[in-house]
Amino acid sequence: MANLAAVVGIGQTKYQTKRGDVSIAGLLREAAVNALQDADLTWNDIDAVIIGKAPDMFEGVVMPEIYLTDALGCNGKPMLRVHTAGSVGGSTALVAASHVQSGTFKRVLTVTFEKQSESNAMWALSNPQPFSPHLNAGAGGYFAPIMREYIRRSKAPWDTGIKVAVKDRLHGARNPLAHLQLPEITMKEVEESPMLWDPIRFLESCPSSDGACAMVIADESLVNESPNKPAWIRGGAMRSEPTMYAGREEVNPQAGRDCAADVYKQAGITNPRKDLDCAEVYVPFSWYEPMWLENLGFAEEGKGWELTMAGATSLDEDGDIPWNCSGGVLSSNAIGASGMIRFAEAARQVRGTADAHQVDGAKTALGHAYGGGAQFYAMWVVSSEKG
Amino acid sequence: MKDIAIVSFAQSDCVRQAGTANEVELIMPVVNKALAEAGLESSQQVDFVCSGSCDYQQGAAFAFVLGVDALGAVPPIKESHVEMDAAWALYESILKIRMDQADSALIYGFGKSSPGELPIVLSQQLDPYYLAPQWVDTVSLAAMQARMMLDAGDITEQDMADVVSRSRRNAAANNPYAQLKGDVSVDDLLAEDTWVSPLRKHDCCPISDGASAMVICTVEKAKEWGKPYAVISGIDHRIETHNLGARDLTRSVSTEQAAAAAGVADGDVEVAEIYTPYSHQEIILKKALGLGDNTEINPSGGVLAGNLMMASGLSRIGEVARRIINGEIKRGVAHCTSGPCLQHNLVTVLEAA
Repeated sequence: MANLAAVVGIGQTKYQTKRGDVSIAGLLREAAVNALQDADLTWNDIDAVIIGKAPDMFEGVVMPEIYLTDALGCNGKPMLRVHTAGSVGGSTALVAASHVQSGTFKRVLTVTFEKQSESNAMWALSNPQPFSPHLNAGAGGYFAPIMREYIRRSKAPWDTGIKVAVKDRLHGARNPLAHLQLPEITMKEVEESPMLWDPIRFLESCPSSDGACAMVIADESLVNESPNKPAWIRGGAMRSEPTMYAGREEVNPQAGRDCAADVYKQAGITNPRKDLDCAEVYVPFSWYEPMWLENLGFAEEGKGWELTMAGATSLDEDGDIPWNCSGGVLSSNAIGASGMIRFAEAARQVRGTADAHQVDGAKTALGHAYGGGAQFYAMWVVSSEKG
Repeated sequence: MKDIAIVSFAQSDCVRQAGTANEVELIMPVVNKALAEAGLESSQQVDFVCSGSCDYQQGAAFAFVLGVDALGAVPPIKESHVEMDAAWALYESILKIRMDQADSALIYGFGKSSPGELPIVLSQQLDPYYLAPQWVDTVSLAAMQARMMLDAGDITEQDMADVVSRSRRNAAANNPYAQLKGDVSVDDLLAEDTWVSPLRKHDCCPISDGASAMVICTVEKAKEWGKPYAVISGIDHRIETHNLGARDLTRSVSTEQAAAAAGVADGDVEVAEIYTPYSHQEIILKKALGLGDNTEINPSGGVLAGNLMMASGLSRIGEVARRIINGEIKRGVAHCTSGPCLQHNLVTVLEAA
């Protein structure tokens, strides 16, 4: 049996377009110090450090753990660097948790980041490769046809994506750390924003952010050494499938369904809409909310948009299953950190420390991340109850 | 804690230029061979897959994504990746087994360094504000370390040539996958010109393309499969400061720490495979690992005979495991390094069942 572990400290930076006031190391240290303070711990209390980020080309630093060891108090300790594309923030949290759940360490620090302002993500994603056609696409262009296929199949109303864009920005306006602060946003404003990759308009896409997110994960025996409520890790799962194969279901990928089934089984969840109090799900483009509602079993196939349109995922409309109360990826996207922000925000909800975006009485929450061509998945379920 | 068994290991030839081979073509042969040696047909039959690679070697963001195509990941698999040598992918896999989320795992590492100028590419591992803009390459940093050792009287140029001569000889005798091998005398080596003083070209590992793969599992699983195996009795890794001025470069403190935690000194070490990209580093590491003269060092020739960046660390472990599985030795040590001048080190102790 795996040892029981919990999140005992969470630290984030403010997310914004450019953090010119700090170096990459300074950015990570800020999040890490915030997490240590939340856990009432010092650097000496940490046994190992696990970091994650998206491709090194996003900043132009090769294997940055080598440079970051000093800033993260890691000298003389083990340090591991995870990279699983966009899902990396989630995968890193799971790998960090495994350091404790395996009984190998008692308490670890995990940090993920992206400092997008130091390079150009679009360039990094589309540099020409030998023997491959050159796609000047980036992520939006890649996912747009898949979203169009979802719309065709589900016959979802054309403005479902617009509704998600507004809802997540209103959530983000409750979260002072969120990059985009758009408390006055309207459906009309989103509709009139430029079309980037049909069906995705400018305001239906995530921003490009600098930021870092950190967590302290402790073994059951040390949880009481930190003053704030723990978020118990009740399940964690990863799944991968190839980018392309004959017959691949790209709208509702098998890897996502399998990963959700695995994590629900571990956490004893049979009806996610009912058994979970809220979810932080990786939605970088508006239409991915209804798609993931189906993929993650919150709605039947083809019906995800009905939850969105009925306000079921909205805190402001008093929905029964609020999604992305922090504002989600649509409000802040420090790519390598985005998955961990989902995991950490799920933990904040069950710890009762989510301030103005708190779901009243939240006990159990899902954190979700995906990456690559919607082929890499990482998920966890956290709870205020040990189980 | 659960005992972990290595049941199979496969490596490709180390070649200077793999030509048009892409990630899948590098990975698939070694993955299939490692699986076959474990008596398995596909990665669907292991519980977890983890890999190590570095995007900058071939100059592609998400270089590892294509690797999944080599696995037969339909239906989807439990899979993860470290942007490090695959020795750390092994470490991650061991944690997964210890926490009961897996009983078996496939680990692979690959590197295609030939498209770029590796020493220059690796200069971008350095502090991005103060060091990387100066493009200080890895060979120059290693040369500085060798110079400090020479000045301190820790080594002579003859000691360095001894390491190289033995590597070439061992590779010729024992390693069909090696890139550089042969019978070269110390005198001939010392007669060559220095390249980045005090290093001669032969003091530096070659640049290689290729891959390696390994299957591990619980000891119970290995017995169930009916396969001979080597047991990982200790594994630990430590990193130290990136600030070269704050380190004594003639020592490797993080290797000493990892060796102590992994239990290197708890028994005889018959064979040690040490990741030494530069000849003088073997002397630092031999001391840091506490190895005596009765330990045979780098019988494969080590990375001076062929260096598959991101796979060579896993291969060091595989080389020792292979000798244990074949019944040649009972106990051995493998070492892997990362970062400039031995900044980050992983030590594994392997024993016969």
